[in-house]
This record gives sequence, C-alpha cells and structure tokens, in this order.
Amino acid sequence: MLKKIFESDAVLFAALATATFALFVAGMAVGRFRVPVGETARILASGAVALERTWTPQMENVVLKIRLPRLFGALLVGGSLALSGAAYQAVFKNPLVSPDLLGVSSGACVGASAAILMHWGALAIQLSALFMGLIAVVVTTAIPRFFRNDTTPMLVLSGVIVTGFMTSLQGLLKYSADPLDELPSIVYWAMGSLGAIKASDIRVMGPAITLVMIALVSIRWRLNLMSLGDSEARSLGVDIKKMRGFVVFCATLLTAGAVCMSGTIGWIGLVVPHFGRLLAGHDNKRAIPASILLGASFTIIVDAFARNLTGSEIPLSILTGMIGTPLFIWLLFMQKTTI
Amino acid sequence: MLTKSFQSSRKDIVLAENISFFYVRGHRLLDGISFSLAEGDILTILGPNGSGKSTLLDCVCGISPLKGGRVSVCGESVSSLSPVELARRVGYVPQLHAPAFDFPVRDYVVMGRAPYLGLLEAPGRREYEMTDAALESMGIAHLARKLCSEISGGERQQVQIARALVQEPKVILLDEPTSHLDYGNQIKVLKLVADLSDRGVTVILTTHVPDHPILLDGKVGVLDGKGGMRTGSVSEIIDERSLRDMYSVDLRLIYIEEMQRTACVIGKLSGAQGFAEKMLEV
Repeated sequence: MLKKIFESDAVLFAALATATFALFVAGMAVGRFRVPVGETARILASGAVALERTWTPQMENVVLKIRLPRLFGALLVGGSLALSGAAYQAVFKNPLVSPDLLGVSSGACVGASAAILMHWGALAIQLSALFMGLIAVVVTTAIPRFFRNDTTPMLVLSGVIVTGFMTSLQGLLKYSADPLDELPSIVYWAMGSLGAIKASDIRVMGPAITLVMIALVSIRWRLNLMSLGDSEARSLGVDIKKMRGFVVFCATLLTAGAVCMSGTIGWIGLVVPHFGRLLAGHDNKRAIPASILLGASFTIIVDAFARNLTGSEIPLSILTGMIGTPLFIWLLFMQKTTI
Repeated sequence: MLTKSFQSSRKDIVLAENISFFYVRGHRLLDGISFSLAEGDILTILGPNGSGKSTLLDCVCGISPLKGGRVSVCGESVSSLSPVELARRVGYVPQLHAPAFDFPVRDYVVMGRAPYLGLLEAPGRREYEMTDAALESMGIAHLARKLCSEISGGERQQVQIARALVQEPKVILLDEPTSHLDYGNQIKVLKLVADLSDRGVTVILTTHVPDHPILLDGKVGVLDGKGGMRTGSVSEIIDERSLRDMYSVDLRLIYIEEMQRTACVIGKLSGAQGFAEKMLEV
C-alpha cells in the first residue's frame, strides 16, 4: 500500500525531503533549554535576511552554536550510515550486511579510539578510523573467499568473527586507557553521541562526507547491476573489481566518517535501507536517495529522544538498538524476506 | 586444432580454438576444445555433471580467463575486449536463481542496456521503450510491472532471456535454461531459443536432456568428462552408443513417424538396472 502511494518519484522524494526538513526544524526547537519553533526559525533565517531581534542572546547561542551543528551532524551521520549500508548490501548482493555486521563500524571505532589514546589530531583520528575500517572489511570479505564459500551465512559469520576480534581490541584499548580521564571519554563516545559535535567539525567533515555521498549516489543505478552477482554483472559489462573496490572504499569512508563524528551508532546501516526499499522498491535509483533521507530523519528523531527522554543524555546506540531491532523484525515481516 | 569440417565459408561469429581451462593445476576441465559458429547457429552442449558445461560458457563470455587457446567473437579475441565491448557482443543468461533483491520485471530487463550507458547514466525513456518492445515481442508485456518474485520460474526464464535480447548481442549463452522448469515451460524456452536463432542471434546453451539438441536441430557438443568435446551436427554426434556412454543408462533413439523426428527414449527402470549390471560385468 505504501508502495502505491510513493510510486511516482516526485511524490516520494517531496514527501521524504519535506519530512526531513520538518524534523530538522523541530529538532532545533526541542531541548531542555526552551526556544519556541518560531524563534528558532527566525534565528536561523537571520543568517540570511535582516530580522528584528526578538530573541535573547542565550537562545541564539543555543540554536546556532549547539543545536545547529548537532542537527547537521545527525543529518550527515544518519545519511552516511544509511547510504553505506545500502551500498554494502548491493555490492555484497546481500540485504543482511551493514557497516556493523561487516565489522567496519567496530574496526573504525578501534582505529579512532587508538588515535584518541595517542592524543592525535582530528585528521589523524579520521585516517586511523578509515584505515582500520578498511582492514575490517577486507578481512571480512576475504574469509568466505578463503573457504570458497560464497553464501550469506558465511559472510555474516565472517563479520561476526571480525567484529569479535575488533571488540576485544577495543577492550584492550579500554583496559590500557587512563581510567580517570581517557576511559570515560572512549566508552561514552563508543556508545554513540552527537553531543560533542562542534561547528568546526561540520565545516571539515560536512563537505568531505557530502562529496563521497555524491560519488555513490551518482553511480547508484550501477549498484543494481552489482547486486545481481559477479558473473551477471560482468556479462552486463561491469568491471567488477574496480567497481566493487570503489563502492566498498566509498562506503567505508562514509562509515569511518560517521564513526569519527559520533562514535558507533548501530542498526541505522542495516534497518534504514530495508525501510527505504519498502517505500521506494528495490531499484537503487530510488532506494538509495530514499535511504539517505530516511537515515537522516531517523537519526534526528533518535537524537531528539536521546537529549530529552531523561535528565542526562542517553547514548545513541542504546536507543537505535531499542528502536531499530523491533523495527527490523517488522520490516522483515513486511518484506516477507527469505534468508 | 581446428578441424576441416568447422571451417565454413560464412563469417564465424564465435570461434573457439584449442581452448583449455583448469581450476586445479594438473586437472584440465577443458582440454583442446575447438568449434566455430556462424550467425544464427545453435550449439547445444551435453555432458554429465561436472564435465565443464557451465565452465565452457564462462570461458566464452570471459568470466573465466582461459588457460590456453583462444575464443574470438566477431573476429576479436575475448581476452582483448573490455568488459563493455564484450557485453555488447555476448549476452549471458544464468541458471535460474532467486536474486537477492526483488526488482520489477521492467527494471530487471532494462539492465540489459547497461553496456550502452555511461558510468553515471541511468536508463531513460529510450531504454525503457526498447525494454517494452522486447517484452511485447516475446508476448510477456503483461509481466512488466510485476516483481520478479511474483512470477513463475518459466516466466522468470523468459524475463532473463528478454534482458539478454535488450542487450542486442551477437551471441547469447544460456546456462541450463530448462532446469527447474516443468515440461511445458522447457519446451517454451526451447521455442524461444529457436526464435533467437531466427533473429540471427548465435546461441550456445547447455542442457541435460538429449532430446533438446534433437529438437533444436543445430550443432551439438558432447563433453566427454575428460576435457574434450566432440562437435558436429545432431546426426553426426548423437547416437545410442555415445549417449549410453555419457549417462550410463539404457536408451534408444527411435524415429517416430507421426512426429517426424527422432526421440531419445529411456528403457524400463528394471531393464536399466539389468543394463547397469551388464556394464559392471564388462
């Protein structure tokens, strides 16, 4: 039924873009420090047009310095995780893989944690996360090839193995971290939070992530070909090695970028692409942009809960897990997925 | 080496010269196989399980790089063609399998236009028009909006062939196109194969049913399980002895007057057992 309504591209993307924008504005307005929606909109608009100041300096500070970067962070992180999940799923012709299941998230987390422990700079943290993420995905995909077993369970099992190894590396890092200063920051950050994102982070990461997203989005129809399997894709003229390498590299960049901004946030990369396909169909020409917008919206909603449910902030992974897992069961049911 | 009988005056579309392939060094799955096919020729490949039927197709379409010999399509060596150039010449219809993602038939078939689209391009109106025309010409236009999971196995095989047609190749390879299909659908697919040949497409297919090459009445290749393949016309290659050797069952080739064709008939099951015992004694 949902599919019928969203059959036309115009309706689907108008609806999703409007929803994302509305959630963005609403997300700016909610929080313990009350700023009315109208004032929020006026503060945002004042950047572009001259408006009479009806708001207090505190309001402006909260909206522009704290909430705006945070919301942009939610857009970028949610969009990247959803897009990288959808891309991995197409390239590994397997709707059950995601940055989490492939071990990329935990690998990137290890890379970033190690860099934090060494007190490296922001760029080094990013590169270290990317490096470990790539190692994780290479090992995860090498194991099934080593056993000449190209089945879904084998790839998932391989992801479990790599994730297990990365988790214990992460444990080692935690164990050797300074329990007063470094440990809490690593632990809290690894559970996922958008709280620490500053405007300067967005200025650095925003363009980089957007660029990678554009690269993947512009070849999204070709992901359909990849999802048919190697020999079919090749018979349709796809240079598999180059194409897969490019897509996996871009998707891993996105995951590592998201991990650097917000720590590991589980389930978005798995659940959101399923939701995207439920709305838009399996053609990646539609499913990929839909997944990006849904991922951004979902993250904005979850982050709003994380900020407002209790007196202190709840780590995002806890919420995405609690919302994502039942949602995933429902999605599997709706799609009648056979595994 | 290329034998005399394969050299025809017509232009060769597919020319395989002395090709060999192995997965494990020392065990040649394909060894010194040669054949040539002209426009509209049909080559039906028979052979027991594991004799390399699918591998031979993979070699022709460049999925498996040859370990020796040469395959050329329209005069150009397959190994020297880029994936896109090859895809414009050779279409491939894989064995029926459930794809991981569930595309609508129209979106699946339009993927056949991929070799003609740029890296950043997606199919547009022209590509979809060609898709609709192909579905129309095969009489399956009514499936266009259905999902691939919603149609029957026979219909899915037709849809896969439609995708290969949209690709406009000179050669179409079909890997066991009749397996997993009921009897009626098997015959429907064979008719489609004959139809492809009438359209001037050169077809290579693999099958387990000796009646199929007889019905298609083109060339036959019989893989002997030791790497070699005997190729020729149906009357040259298919005889009771070779079929018995291949399948180790008792069978007869009988000309049926009413049907005006030869049919391959299996002996009674109890008789077949007796035959197997006889084989053991020898």
